[in-house]
Amino acid sequence: MKRLIAALTILIFTASQASAGTSAPPGGSAPLVLKDLYFGEALYYAFQEEWFDAIARLDTELMQHYGVDEPELDTLHYHINQAEFDVGDFELAYRMHQRAGRAITAVIEGSVAEPVRNEAIFRLARIYFQKDQPANAQYAVERIDGVVPENIHDDLDFLRAQILMGNGRFDQAARILKGLADARGLEGFVSYNLGIALLKDGNEREGRRYLDLTGRIESSDDLTLAIRDKANLVLGSKLLADQDYEDAKQVFDRVRLTGPFSNRALLGSGWADAFLGRYEKALVPWSVLVTREVTDASVQEAMLALPYAYGKLNVSSKAALVYNSSLGKFDAEIDKLEASIQSIQEGRFLKALVREELKQDADWVVTLRELPDTPETYYLLDLMASHDFQESLKNYLDLTQLRCKLAVWESDLTAFDQIIEQRRAYYDPLLPDIDSRFRQLDSQIRLRMEQRDLIEQQLTAMLVVPRPDHLATAAERIISEEIDLLERRLTADGTAAPAGASARIKRLRGVLYFNIHTQYDSRYTDAYKHLKDLTREIGLLNKQYGTFVRARQAATQSYEGYGEEISRQRLKIGKARENVDELMARQGNLIETMAVNELTARRDRLVDLRIKARFAMADSYDRATRTRTGDGDE
Amino acid sequence: MFSRLKKLILGISLLAMSVAAAHGQEVNSTQIKGLDEQVQDIKSDVLSIAAELSQLEEKLLYPSNTQVAVFVSLAGEGAIRPDSVQIQIDGKPVAHHLYTFKELEALLKGGVQRIYTGNIRSGEHDFEVLVLGQTAGGADFKKSEQFTVHKDVGPGIVEISLDAAGIIMKDR
Repeated sequence: MKRLIAALTILIFTASQASAGTSAPPGGSAPLVLKDLYFGEALYYAFQEEWFDAIARLDTELMQHYGVDEPELDTLHYHINQAEFDVGDFELAYRMHQRAGRAITAVIEGSVAEPVRNEAIFRLARIYFQKDQPANAQYAVERIDGVVPENIHDDLDFLRAQILMGNGRFDQAARILKGLADARGLEGFVSYNLGIALLKDGNEREGRRYLDLTGRIESSDDLTLAIRDKANLVLGSKLLADQDYEDAKQVFDRVRLTGPFSNRALLGSGWADAFLGRYEKALVPWSVLVTREVTDASVQEAMLALPYAYGKLNVSSKAALVYNSSLGKFDAEIDKLEASIQSIQEGRFLKALVREELKQDADWVVTLRELPDTPETYYLLDLMASHDFQESLKNYLDLTQLRCKLAVWESDLTAFDQIIEQRRAYYDPLLPDIDSRFRQLDSQIRLRMEQRDLIEQQLTAMLVVPRPDHLATAAERIISEEIDLLERRLTADGTAAPAGASARIKRLRGVLYFNIHTQYDSRYTDAYKHLKDLTREIGLLNKQYGTFVRARQAATQSYEGYGEEISRQRLKIGKARENVDELMARQGNLIETMAVNELTARRDRLVDLRIKARFAMADSYDRATRTRTGDGDE
Repeated sequence: MFSRLKKLILGISLLAMSVAAAHGQEVNSTQIKGLDEQVQDIKSDVLSIAAELSQLEEKLLYPSNTQVAVFVSLAGEGAIRPDSVQIQIDGKPVAHHLYTFKELEALLKGGVQRIYTGNIRSGEHDFEVLVLGQTAGGADFKKSEQFTVHKDVGPGIVEISLDAAGIIMKDR
């Protein structure tokens, strides 16, 4: 039974997607060659259906892409069209239809190739259709013109047909659907929709023919089998209403006994027999049905229909016993429903819905009923499968997720404050001394760099005008000065220097001159090599200087200027948390109201059934008593 | 009596097909739609907070001159299915990730996981990657590789691509 319920839930959810003409799954596919890893990261989250994280990352990436001076040099440039589409898809999957619509409209209005534009319009039309705006969807698909990508060709036609049906233009829809007979992936859905379109257009015979065709499809695909069952159920109900009981019986009997529509089919099959007066045959499906899950509406109905058939077969005592058994079950179910309503009103349903363990369980609807103090969810299956409830529930779960994120972010901000304080406490005492020493070193560095520049200028000038004296060594300069001093002393009293001394001074000067001039080339080469070495050292110095400046800036930037930003974020988060709390309360109340309304309706229905069962049971006992006493008419 | 019961059951049957709540507080589609739009608005607000916080976090915790981000991707059409990946930078373990089924599927579809974001100085750094998992044939897979990564002044991006043949490091 668990599997049946889960299958029913899955079918209803997936059938509604298939009927919306979804092509590629949300999240699309990764590019063959991924150039931008951050885009790949957004896809990583999208493939896990973590839509919030996928959108947040892709939004940031797109914002940075459009923020750079030359976007064509950014790695996202290679994937920009897909990224623009994907962000719309992710937003759609996250049920942000307004933003998704805006994102896709931006693609349409941008300068893009015809197939890209047409695919964007297709997606926009699909959003409108999903949001129950068939007129807008119609307007959108009519703008598609020119080349349509091959992969969405059939889906586009199917969507067109559905939109036309939504706008009441069934004849046009039928024409399109007839052209989709061989569409892959839409097997069963096309003929089913075609049958419905033809019926709505007043073409009863053809409509029934297509439903009949759908009801006979051979397939191993679960979705196709489900749409086949649905077609048989719809056609059978129609035939039953049209009093074509024989055909109705045959069609109902085509529905799988294990499928999600089997209960209703068994009930209909029994009624078809009953209307033909074949009460013994009607006992067969109804006897099967009453053994199934008692919360199902068809089963509950069969619990009255079965004894009714026994009554018709003049087995009043058996009828009375079955009525009695049904009454007991109705009583138990009514009590269960009242307890469930109370449980919901006390807020236990919402608490159970957000339990983590349920999120990991594909059969969570079934699991939910097994938790203590939670309502009987079998009664909520139909409601839970409805679009409105699904959307409300998903919104509630999304709001729960947002609340958790906001709470985490708030504590992150507190952690940021602590980090900043620790950095301030570390750097503040160190920086004045570092800055002072750096200023001293900075002036020395500047001086040395000026000297180096001067040397370079001189060497460059000496290439044009050789200046050997500039390349004299320190020792030679000292010797030269000493020779000058000696000469001045010798001529200090105004007399000429002795001839011997004067000659020796000249010789010494000559030696110096000779050395300086003859070694000029090699000295110039050495000087140039030394300059190169110096330049290399200066380069390293500059690098270290740059590293220091960046580290110094980073030190300040690691704790200065965040206060205002953090306060602003804290305010924003606080405001968002208030809004989320308020919306959660309202959304939760809406879900509870929907659930309570559903359960109340089911309880009232059971109360009605119980009243009628009591009267019918009394009547059956009377008949049975009369039969026993011999004055009955059986 | 029985014909009345039959009518009643059929009546209930039809009613059950369109069980509409007619009790207590009514819920109408305008109410649902209005609330849905407000939920969309708050999602948009929270996404914008997420973007701003992400920038703030990057500035505060991972400045561009020291930032390094390490990504993991799968190559070779699902030739291996990693169970876990461990990364060490300069001998220090910085990331250890065990993959869930959903994460693995996301990698197989071409998604890229950012496994680590941190800070390292400019210059050469030793990276060591250890991968445990299974090959497509179901055999155990254990591979360890060492790489040298050069970190420049700008943010460092390192991609670790896993394949049955080995671990390939792409310094981007």
